[in-house]
Amino acid sequence: MSTETARADVPMVQLVAPDGSAMGDTEVGLTADERRELLRLMIRTRRLDRECWSLQRQGELTVYPPYEGQEAAQVGSAFALGPGDFVFPSFRELAAAVVRGVDVVEYLQYHRGTWHGGPYDPIASRFAPICVPVATQIVHAVGWALGSKLDGAGTCALAYFGDGSASEGDFHEGANMAAVFGAPVILFCQNNGWAISVPGREQYGAPIAARAAGYGIPGVRVDGNDVLAVYTVTRRAVERAQAGDGPTLIEAMTYRIGAHSTADDATRYREEAEVQAWRARDPIARYQAFLLGAGTIDEAFVAASEAEAETWVAEIRAGITALGAPPDAELFEFAFADPPAPLLEQRRELIGDA
Amino acid sequence: MVAALNAGLRDALAGDPRTLVFGEDVGALGGVFRVTEGLQAEFGRDRVFNTPIAEAGIAGMCVGLAMGGWRPVAEMQFDGFSYPALDQVISHIAKYRSRTRGRVEMPVVIRIPSFGGIRGKEHHGESPETYYAHTAGLKVVVPSSPLDAYRLLRLSIEDPDPVIFLEPKSRYWSKEDGELSTEGPGIGRARTLRDGDACAIVCYGAMAARCMEAAASLAEAGTECAVLDLRSLVPLDVESLRDVVRTSGRAVVVHEAPRTLGMGAEIVARIVEEAFDHLEAPVVRVTGPDVPYPPASLEDRYLPSVERIANAVRATVGY
Repeated sequence: MSTETARADVPMVQLVAPDGSAMGDTEVGLTADERRELLRLMIRTRRLDRECWSLQRQGELTVYPPYEGQEAAQVGSAFALGPGDFVFPSFRELAAAVVRGVDVVEYLQYHRGTWHGGPYDPIASRFAPICVPVATQIVHAVGWALGSKLDGAGTCALAYFGDGSASEGDFHEGANMAAVFGAPVILFCQNNGWAISVPGREQYGAPIAARAAGYGIPGVRVDGNDVLAVYTVTRRAVERAQAGDGPTLIEAMTYRIGAHSTADDATRYREEAEVQAWRARDPIARYQAFLLGAGTIDEAFVAASEAEAETWVAEIRAGITALGAPPDAELFEFAFADPPAPLLEQRRELIGDA
Repeated sequence: MVAALNAGLRDALAGDPRTLVFGEDVGALGGVFRVTEGLQAEFGRDRVFNTPIAEAGIAGMCVGLAMGGWRPVAEMQFDGFSYPALDQVISHIAKYRSRTRGRVEMPVVIRIPSFGGIRGKEHHGESPETYYAHTAGLKVVVPSSPLDAYRLLRLSIEDPDPVIFLEPKSRYWSKEDGELSTEGPGIGRARTLRDGDACAIVCYGAMAARCMEAAASLAEAGTECAVLDLRSLVPLDVESLRDVVRTSGRAVVVHEAPRTLGMGAEIVARIVEEAFDHLEAPVVRVTGPDVPYPPASLEDRYLPSVERIANAVRATVGY
């Protein structure tokens, strides 16, 4: 059922089974409100992802990378961070951005094509710009974390990347440097099974989490569709980092239900049966069943969360569709703090003295 | 020049506790050229530190550190080993300010011992300036003398934008009398090393000394040349370039890098745009040929020599 290389030598942390039953100690230090919040966030972010797909199909967004199926991996991990911690995302982490409180309309300017990767305030939101060059954000996170260590700030960085990114040299350089410098950083791999059309078995010969041993850092594999398990292993890594014990590599096993992007046709390289098998392990249905069974929520909570998500995405849609092109002058506005004379000359030539 | 650069780093580290110096072998060894000698002992391992041999990682760490409010000064050990970092430099360091709408600055300096002339092995004599100069969002500077190296390095570290700092290895052991100071021409300004109304010689880095030598020998025969040391390839001092060429209406452009699409191409284009009506002769380029940098035994043939520069001036003046 999985595209993952058949290797059982790295155990996978799981707390809630796909049917919603508890598999271990699910008392992970979250209050009932926080448990409900995890579900509410997953419901919200799934609804948002589907809205973005529609917005793209309606011509309101340019190419969009969907994350349906990966809500638990993103929400559970981002939820485990403290307010001073810093996220270095790849380009499919809109759900994590929502958890961190990033302004979604500003974020979607990127996919609207009205600005590049950092249209929101990365410093205020503790969420670095969207990062498309594969794996490059991993070393940024290590640098930020080293700075935090030098400051004695007690904060950590978390870098999101995919299974595909783990083949890049920047993954290796980042992991090695994180270990050498004892940087408070979490290397969070969302292994969603596919690097566009290339399955895991054609990307690596051993579990990504197993590489941690080679760097001398802890490596954990977790069921990425089990939000409580993801939260727990990430929280442990955060506490470790904040205590000065250095980096952790986490490999969250999840699945990209949709295509790589709105420009991709996943039917060309994978079987529908595989997608259906992963739908049966859906992160939201599973957690919802778990919370219902535990009496933490009732059906009314789910209905209210879905209704609330509906209202929320309507506001986002309105915000997005109102976004126009930035003024021409912005073409020249941000390249340098103090635009040099040759650039000002080009500005005059192209847009006059406006 | 090594001592001036060392003093520049020392003064920057002493002046701003957020400045960090790191790279391969910059700690106890003091760098393979000793530019960082003594700095780790003086400022500690937190502020001056060795890294693994990982140039992309070094450049990438600069991005994260800058986001955290630090001023990283990274050393690439040699020009030929700086290429693994190009992705981080081009995709992030150069673009971060733009892509965050000015909210995140990249006060990053990447020092790269560059160019030929030291009888180095292959990959140790590269002229990488065009790769950086063609990347929007970077400043690119090349000092030609010790005092200017100090000044440019301090100004580069203070600059809010990323600066690629190319150090001419063959001038590392050159000496110059005077006070180390940040006063004087800033980034984006050229320096007139010598006035003359027969021809303008435009150069930068290690070629400045050769051009001065050529100008001196030409002067003996009565041909007075101006020598313009660009110092700053980005931003380019178009005004000084225009003025120096308009004076004589003749120009020779000199660099070590291969000719095609080297800095000379941009400089000549600028001269044509800014001084066409003043030109008395075609502008000539004296450069390395379009071949990979040669082994030590052919280095002297490859590099623009005093003789080649002087001959080019004579041909231009006699046109």
